[in-house]
Amino acid sequence: MSSHDKLFLAGILTFGLLSAPALAFDFGRPATPAEIKLWDIDVGPDGKGLPDGSGTAVQGKQVFADNCAACHGDNGQGGIKDRLAGGQGTLASNMPVKTVGSFWPYATTLFDYIHRAMPYPTPGSLSTEETYAVTAYILSLNGIIPADGKVDKESLPKIRMPNRDGFVPQPEFDPAKLFRRK
Amino acid sequence: MTSKTSSEGLPRKADVSRRGFVGGLSAGFLGVAASEVARAETLADVPDRAPGADLSAHSERSRFARLDRIPEATPGKRNVDPSDAINSKTPHQKLVGNITPTDLHYERSHSGVPDIDPAQHRLLVHGMVQKPLVFSVEDLKRMPSITRVVFIECTGNGWENWKKADPDLTVQNTHGLVSTNEWTGVPLKFLIDLVAKDKGSTWMLAEGGDGAGVDRSIPLTDEIVNEAFIAYGQNGEPLRPAHGFPMRLVMPGFEGNLNIKWLRRLKFGNAPWMTRWETARYTQLLANGKARQFQLRMETNSVITQPSGMMQIQPGYVRISGLAWSGHGKIAKVEISTDSARTWKQAQLAQPVLSKAQVRFQMDWVWDGKPTRIVSRSTDEQGNAQPDRQTFIAAMGTNALFHYNAQQTWSIDETGRVRNVLA
Repeated sequence: MSSHDKLFLAGILTFGLLSAPALAFDFGRPATPAEIKLWDIDVGPDGKGLPDGSGTAVQGKQVFADNCAACHGDNGQGGIKDRLAGGQGTLASNMPVKTVGSFWPYATTLFDYIHRAMPYPTPGSLSTEETYAVTAYILSLNGIIPADGKVDKESLPKIRMPNRDGFVPQPEFDPAKLFRRK
Repeated sequence: MTSKTSSEGLPRKADVSRRGFVGGLSAGFLGVAASEVARAETLADVPDRAPGADLSAHSERSRFARLDRIPEATPGKRNVDPSDAINSKTPHQKLVGNITPTDLHYERSHSGVPDIDPAQHRLLVHGMVQKPLVFSVEDLKRMPSITRVVFIECTGNGWENWKKADPDLTVQNTHGLVSTNEWTGVPLKFLIDLVAKDKGSTWMLAEGGDGAGVDRSIPLTDEIVNEAFIAYGQNGEPLRPAHGFPMRLVMPGFEGNLNIKWLRRLKFGNAPWMTRWETARYTQLLANGKARQFQLRMETNSVITQPSGMMQIQPGYVRISGLAWSGHGKIAKVEISTDSARTWKQAQLAQPVLSKAQVRFQMDWVWDGKPTRIVSRSTDEQGNAQPDRQTFIAAMGTNALFHYNAQQTWSIDETGRVRNVLA
C-alpha cells in the first residue's frame, strides 16, 4: 500500500468517525418491527410496555406455589432466596428487611422482573396471565391489594407502593434535573 | 476463615526442593510468587540446570504460584460452594502491578455465566432512533475501535466491613470486587450515530443476554456518551465468558452493574425505567430509612494490599504497597499512615496514572516491632478525598450495603500479625 493509499484510508476512517450517519446500514442491518417486538420486553413506571391481559391474586396463589415458593417460601417469607413480603417499618432500624412491600417503589418493576428473570431456572416461562396473577398475589401478601384483587396494564402503574417516597436521588444523576439545566 | 488462608501461597513441603525450606514468617507478604519462600542457602544449593518441559499452545502458571479467586456470597458468607456463590473475588494480596490477570478479574453475575455462541449473538439498538439496527459480533469487530485500561468495581466491594470487622479477613475478602483490565471495543458514540438517535433521548436501557436479563438505565451525559464503549476484547483476547463474552458495555468509572455483560439490547428513551437493579437492589439505605438512588459513580478509594489481612510481618524494612482508584478520574495522591492515622506520608505512584484505572502505590517503612495500625487514603484529580470510616459512617449509616469506600485499616500486633479492623 502506498503512503498515498494509507492517507486516503486514514481519511475514510476519520470521515467515518466524524460523520457516521452517512455510513448507516454499512454496519448491521435494519431491525424489523416484528423482531423488535420479540425482545422489547421492558416495562416503565408509567406502565409503558405492559401487555394486554390480567391476573388475580387468587389465581396467583397457585402459580406462586408451583413456581416460586420453593425458593421464596410459602407466603413469600422463610425461603432460601429473597424475602418478598413483610418488613414494613424496619428500614430505619439496625436490621432492615427489604421486600417488595417494604422497599420496592414501583409495582411495574415487579411485573417486569418476574417476566424477564423468573422463575430462576426457566425465565420467561410464565404466560402473561400467570405473570399478572403472581404479581397480584405478591402485592396481596403485602396488603397492597386485597386478597381477591386483580391487576392489569391499567391498574398496575396506578398502585402506590408503600415506599414510593423512600428514595432520594443522588444530585449528580437526579432524573428530575439532569437534562433540564441547559 | 480457617488456617487455610494464612498458609495460602506456601508451596507444600513435598513440592519444594529437599534442600531447604525456611518457614514462612513473611510468606504471605512476599507470597506474590510462592516459590520465593523456598530458599537456597548458598548458590551450590540451587538445583542444576536441565532441559525443561515441551513448549505448548497455552501457557499455565508455575506450579509454585497458586493464585485463585474465592467464590463468596453475601457479607459473612464466605468460602461457599460455587453453586451458592454470587461473586468471585480477586486475590489482590498476591498480585503486583496495575493490571489484573484476566482469569483473576473479579466476577459477579445474577444468573450464572451463559454459554453464548457468538455466531448466534445479536445486539439490537432501538427505541428513540431513526434507524433501529441489529448488529452481529463481526459487525462490531469491523468498526473503528478504541482500547482503554479501566477499573470495574462491584458496588458491593467493601461490604464485609459495614457493621463490623471480622479480624480474619484478607484484602481479597474485603476488596476483591474491583479489578483493572484493558478493554477493546466500539465507542457507544459510534453506534449512537449509526442509528441516528433522537436528540430528545436522554436515557438508555442496556440489557444483558443472561438468564436474568439484567438491565440498567443509563443517563446519556456528555461524559458517558464520550467514554462508554461496547467491548469485545479483554487484555488482548476475546472477552472471557464470565466477563460478558461475546460483548459487554464498559462504563469507565461507573457501578460494575452498569457494565452490562452479554449485552444484547440498547434502547433509547427519555426517562429511567426503574428496573429492579436500580430500585430494589443497587440503592443505598441510609440511617433515616430513605434510600439513595442513582449513585452511579464509583468513589475515590484505596487499600493497602501488602501487608494486609492474615499476613505476618517482621521488624525492620517493610515495603507497603496497594491500589488506588477513582470513578472521577486520575488518582492525584495516596497517603499512608503507619501510626494509626495520626501522621501521613505520601506514597509513590506507579506510572502511568490513568483516568478511572487502578494505580499501584508503594512506600518504604521500617517497623519497630510495636503494635500499630496502617491505613491508606487517596485523593483524585478533582479533589475528592477518600473518607475516614467515622466520617463515612456518619454520612451513610451502616445499612447501605453498597458503595463502601471508607479508608481500610489493618492492625499489626506485637507478633507482626496483620488483621482487619474498622479504624
